[in-house]
Amino acid sequence: MSEGLEAEVKTNPQGDPITSVATPPPAAEKIDPHGESKKQQVVTPHHMFFEAERKREFITGSEAAKEAVRRSNVDFSVAYPITPQSETMQLIGVLYGEGYVKDYYRGEEEYGVMSAMAGASRAGVRCFTATAGPGTIRGLEPIVSWAGHRLPAVAMFTCRVVNAPLAIQPDNVEIAYLLNSGMIVFHAENQDDLFNFLMKAFVISEHNDVTLPVGVCCDGFFVTHARGYVHTTPREFKLPPRIAHDGAVPVLDAENPPARLSRDAPVQTYNIHAVWQQEVWAAVERSRKYIHRYMGGLIQTENEDREILFIASGSAAAQSREAVRLCAEEGIETGLVKIASLRPFPTAELRKICEHTKLIIVPEFNYVGWLAKDIAAAITGYSNAKVVAGPHVYGGMSMPVEMILDQVVKALKDKTTVVVPRAMKDEEPVDPAAVGHFMQNI
Amino acid sequence: MCEIREEDRIITPGPAGFLPLSAAQLGVTLCDPGQGIYYGHHIDEEKVMEEAATRMLTEKNATIFPGPMILWRWNQHAIEKAHAVLEMAAQIPNVRIIPMPDYRPKYPKIDPEEAINPNHPNLTILHNKIEACIFVGVHCHYANLTLKMIRSGTNCCTIALCAQQGHEDAMLSVRDCDLASLQKMTAVIKRVREKMGIELPASGEAVQFTPTQSSVNAGKSHVDPLATQPQPVAAGV
Repeated sequence: MSEGLEAEVKTNPQGDPITSVATPPPAAEKIDPHGESKKQQVVTPHHMFFEAERKREFITGSEAAKEAVRRSNVDFSVAYPITPQSETMQLIGVLYGEGYVKDYYRGEEEYGVMSAMAGASRAGVRCFTATAGPGTIRGLEPIVSWAGHRLPAVAMFTCRVVNAPLAIQPDNVEIAYLLNSGMIVFHAENQDDLFNFLMKAFVISEHNDVTLPVGVCCDGFFVTHARGYVHTTPREFKLPPRIAHDGAVPVLDAENPPARLSRDAPVQTYNIHAVWQQEVWAAVERSRKYIHRYMGGLIQTENEDREILFIASGSAAAQSREAVRLCAEEGIETGLVKIASLRPFPTAELRKICEHTKLIIVPEFNYVGWLAKDIAAAITGYSNAKVVAGPHVYGGMSMPVEMILDQVVKALKDKTTVVVPRAMKDEEPVDPAAVGHFMQNI
Repeated sequence: MCEIREEDRIITPGPAGFLPLSAAQLGVTLCDPGQGIYYGHHIDEEKVMEEAATRMLTEKNATIFPGPMILWRWNQHAIEKAHAVLEMAAQIPNVRIIPMPDYRPKYPKIDPEEAINPNHPNLTILHNKIEACIFVGVHCHYANLTLKMIRSGTNCCTIALCAQQGHEDAMLSVRDCDLASLQKMTAVIKRVREKMGIELPASGEAVQFTPTQSSVNAGKSHVDPLATQPQPVAAGV
């Protein structure tokens, strides 16, 4: 049989047989795909965040996330390309190819992805993943177990609606599901926030007294796909590695006894589960000081002494910023409180700021108004402000700034706005009808 | 000893109730380096050590609970700290040492004279009628669980010697407790003991066995903690 086959002859593009073997390039000219990553220098978080030179780049949110991970000394990343996704995890794959991320693979699905994150974090490595919308919800069972297991990890949630019918548009209702998971939850307003929040999230999550996962949320499309100015640090710098043995729980090491040091379920008493939950939320509280240290606080403010305030997070904060300008053109003086950290929640900060505020507008990119509810709960008894839950857009709609202005005008006239009842003072009991109206309409 | 009045103490020996609020829920925070936590307040570390020494020397059935980080021979540092804890025990007459070797729930039931466990630490405290105790070498998460449960259900004064940032739920907490801090704590106990006129046993046998421990030690009631030294890490370990 082999006699019938002709020997393969290599030819050049003109069809002439090649009779000589090309000289391979000298070894010195070989390009090491990991070469640049090997040259990265570890710097302190303080240097990375506050001292390193910054370069202004016009990039997408996914690219900002990639650049943050490049500088974060990430050991492990696992991806699942669920619809809808951003290109973030694809770009993390590029980082793996370049040697910036030590291990990377595609999970079977989001439940597996989030479980793999748990396993890797327990084993002591620094982990990152990103998901969106339905992926968040599919992975929610493992995600909500992370905090209880005291697993430091960073997950990026690029909010993309979870309601039926299936959509792929930006709508941040999925944050409502994360708020009570025991994670620390940040909400990035723009690409620059995303870059900074992600890097800082790794550092905050790994402090011994915190040892918790951090969810860095942003509004899909608006932040992930659109470009914005990001002030990046030098790519030659990276954060120090995770020191897992400094964590609040032992590293799971199946090869070295006592292997079963920590991870058996506390099934013997209810009390242990109760104090366990107390401990998770105590750890969330302890993260406040690090959020102050690295992020400058849980909130950012502009003219917070005004009688009318917008309080918002994420893209709604960006729209509120523009609404402040538009209101000024209409002769209405307003201020802005942007909430960067949703968990822990800036309760004390809001109580102080809102002490003399008369009207609070809470624009949100979701139907349920999770932020307005948190704000109302936080300031009850500490402020007489009328809290307006809205405007709301959802299902992926954009929020015209004029819509926010309309809400301000309506609220000032006290007409058809959806209103959180006036916060209770001793002499002002809660009006049950107003509460009912709010709960039905929010 | 301290300017914090007794009625202003926040975290005190219990029983604090069926499911009391955690220290964090009560607004207690971790302290800065150089300070300790004194019944929920931040004060100078040495004053916390003095109060801890007084408690360990005067309360009933004072006990040291060493955790996995010093019970297991992880490395030379663990051995040095274990030795420092034995030196500390040698300064407290009739102190007991009950280990927390790991964090697993014990089935079908724990022997409270043999071990303590973060899933049901109250059993060991209540069985042995312990009214003051030191936790050292316990991972912070499990120490916090333990401290919460002890405060909830017992009248024990808890003292945490922590290598990290300390513990809000302990009545007395010292942070950054490295080898030097443990030795400083021992020196403070010695100073307080001598000031109180409490003598050490001439035999050096300061540590009292629990009945279970006694049964596996030829019926002896006490032991000199410095008689058995931690062994160095073997080559290749």
